[in-house]
Amino acid sequence: MSSPISHLPSPISGIVDASESSLLRFTTAGSVDDGKSTLIGRLLYDSKSIFEDQLLAVEESSKRRGDAHVNLALLTDGLRAEREQGITIDVAYRYFATPKRKFIIADTPGHIQYTRNMVTGASTADLAIILIDARLGVIEQTMRHTYLASLLRIGHIVLAVNKMDLVNFDQAVYDKIVADYMKFASGLENLPNVTPIPMSALNGDNVVEKSDATPWYTGPSLLQHLETVQVHTETAADAARFPVQWVVRPISDREDAKLGNLHDYRGFAGRMASGTFRVGDDVLVYPSEMTTKITGIHTFEGPQPEAIPQLSYSITVADEIDTSRGGMIVKANEPVQTAQEFDAMICWFADKKTLKPRGRFHLRHTTNDVRAVVTEVHYKVNISTLEKSAENKEFALNDIGCIRIRCASPIFFDSYTQNRTTGSFVLVDEQTNSTVAAGMILKALTDAGDEDAEVAI
Amino acid sequence: MSAITHLQFLESEAIYILRETAAQFEKPALLFSGGKDSIVMAWLARKAFYPSRLPFKLLHVDTGHNFPEAMEYRDWFVQEIGADLVVGSVQKSIDDGRVQEEKGHNASRNKLQTVTLLDTIEEHQFDACLGGGRRDEEKARAKERFFSHRNEFGQWDPKNQRPELWNIFNGRKHFGEHFRVFPLSNWTEMDIWQYIRQENIPLPSLYFSHKRQIIERHGQLLAVGLNDERGNPIIPLLDEEKPRVKEMVIRFRTVGDASCTGAVESTASTIDDIVAEVAAARQTERGTRADDKRSETAMEDRKKEGYF
Repeated sequence: MSSPISHLPSPISGIVDASESSLLRFTTAGSVDDGKSTLIGRLLYDSKSIFEDQLLAVEESSKRRGDAHVNLALLTDGLRAEREQGITIDVAYRYFATPKRKFIIADTPGHIQYTRNMVTGASTADLAIILIDARLGVIEQTMRHTYLASLLRIGHIVLAVNKMDLVNFDQAVYDKIVADYMKFASGLENLPNVTPIPMSALNGDNVVEKSDATPWYTGPSLLQHLETVQVHTETAADAARFPVQWVVRPISDREDAKLGNLHDYRGFAGRMASGTFRVGDDVLVYPSEMTTKITGIHTFEGPQPEAIPQLSYSITVADEIDTSRGGMIVKANEPVQTAQEFDAMICWFADKKTLKPRGRFHLRHTTNDVRAVVTEVHYKVNISTLEKSAENKEFALNDIGCIRIRCASPIFFDSYTQNRTTGSFVLVDEQTNSTVAAGMILKALTDAGDEDAEVAI
Repeated sequence: MSAITHLQFLESEAIYILRETAAQFEKPALLFSGGKDSIVMAWLARKAFYPSRLPFKLLHVDTGHNFPEAMEYRDWFVQEIGADLVVGSVQKSIDDGRVQEEKGHNASRNKLQTVTLLDTIEEHQFDACLGGGRRDEEKARAKERFFSHRNEFGQWDPKNQRPELWNIFNGRKHFGEHFRVFPLSNWTEMDIWQYIRQENIPLPSLYFSHKRQIIERHGQLLAVGLNDERGNPIIPLLDEEKPRVKEMVIRFRTVGDASCTGAVESTASTIDDIVAEVAAARQTERGTRADDKRSETAMEDRKKEGYF
């Protein structure tokens, strides 16, 4: 494969318009030779995010290594072990911008550890690009990647049918791949919006500009799609959730220009996870579950009328209410679930330890940290066939499945399907302090128990 | 509702990380060099805890190889945001025999900073240091975590990092270990400049175009005429170099140890000029840093030892 760099048009401007631009976070998934590096290299180069000294350094390294062509993977495979072994160890984050948007790519390697890495990259992504080699069509890897994207609740998938030049840009080949894919994907819960695009990353067809080679394709180019796709439009309409990170208490008699005397100031600092608050809203504050009213939504810039998703605030309330880090503020008519025991899907991350029933951990959920024990292992999922099996109850690295967890004290949450922030958690090993599992909450268990209920996903 | 801008997202994310750091650690410190990234980080810290004062101190590792403008700025800024400053001195580490000064005309104190930093962390029992490092800066940083674990020797193990999912950050550690935390991980150089413009943040004059005596060495434009606190030249000149010193119109894209921070020829005298210049730049900002050019994995090697 030759370098995509030599025959590129002059780059488009990489300055994003600071007043208009939004942010899109996406992840890329593909197997080893599907042209993922080439595609990313092209996006970075065309948006002027690769610099001459970087390119020169990569060219020199490629030559020294004896690579026949400029090896774009060297741009971010910067760790010594990666360069020596020619592998990507970890999720690499890359950045580019166009005048319309800033993009953060979580680039996950295609080799054996991909599950852990893809889950990590997908957890913060709004969109996933899943690459398919047009000559091979939908393969097992494609299905795994799609399953993980759906499990992590990525709302948008771009099905990049790549290497179309090697099948003569044949529409019939493309149509069959898309039909095969949709047939598989329609069997998934949480089916994301799928946007298929025929492309050749190597030649640039339908990457930045629409290609003349695919007159039968009427959709956007990849970049046009990435620049305009609407993501998290739903978050503002969701139930309001504000996990408390820190209590701001100046304990001072200073006079603040905007807030007056600070002696009694007590603000709950945090980031709005979803929904909105307005001053005067009736709210419910956890863990005490007391109701009160919002009296102020503060930032350094001054009081705000409204708190909106993803932004950080310090919130004051009418009554003296006992909450601190780990607590949560929600609207009075939109309570969260509170429970000590719940079912969750998890992905196991540790390579030296396995997860077994009765395993004990620190469970970190929003800003909360509680002791937890695995009370039951329901099943593991074979992510190639989507079959569930309860035979082997031990989780090894990259295993995905459903478990039941009991916490030392109740946590306040939503199901992951409803809310990615209040429905997610990680498990931390008590001895090593490593993060050993990612979890997505399915549902609470009531005291009566509901053992027979069918577990979703 | 309209979506938030990319700068709003980055600001909020950084504030979230700063608050997580204050909440999860007993005694954090914010590494403050007087460079633009640490200035932006401290600016964000003031916002994160408003109307309280910062719940941690600023820590400056002073190589003794300073631009006087950077020192003046540092002292002004610390007072402006109402913070406390701790200074770790590389000169003191040398005097105490903790490190040995590099020899030769290319000598730099950049690497020595690591020992001073780790000594200062130990002396003050800091358990988390907030750094202004960005993932777009350098390839070894591209895989750095927001919460980056350091073992009891202050070292980084890139192959054994904790996965970071959603916005859950795991700062659990054993006694003697500490963390480096990078709230600006997702920012690019352009984001930093656009944010400085949006917020109208005052910067050291070094970032703007000015005239200076310069020697070009190995493709780097180095400032001549600066002395350390004992009056020794920071960049000693070889005899054959002396005739090549010339006055140039330059500015600095990064501000660090004066012995290895290269200038760029530039007439950019306002933030708008700089944003335009950064947009047109064909070199990364670390292309002006001699410390990164020592080997292909120079940054990774220093980071493993405990560098910023």
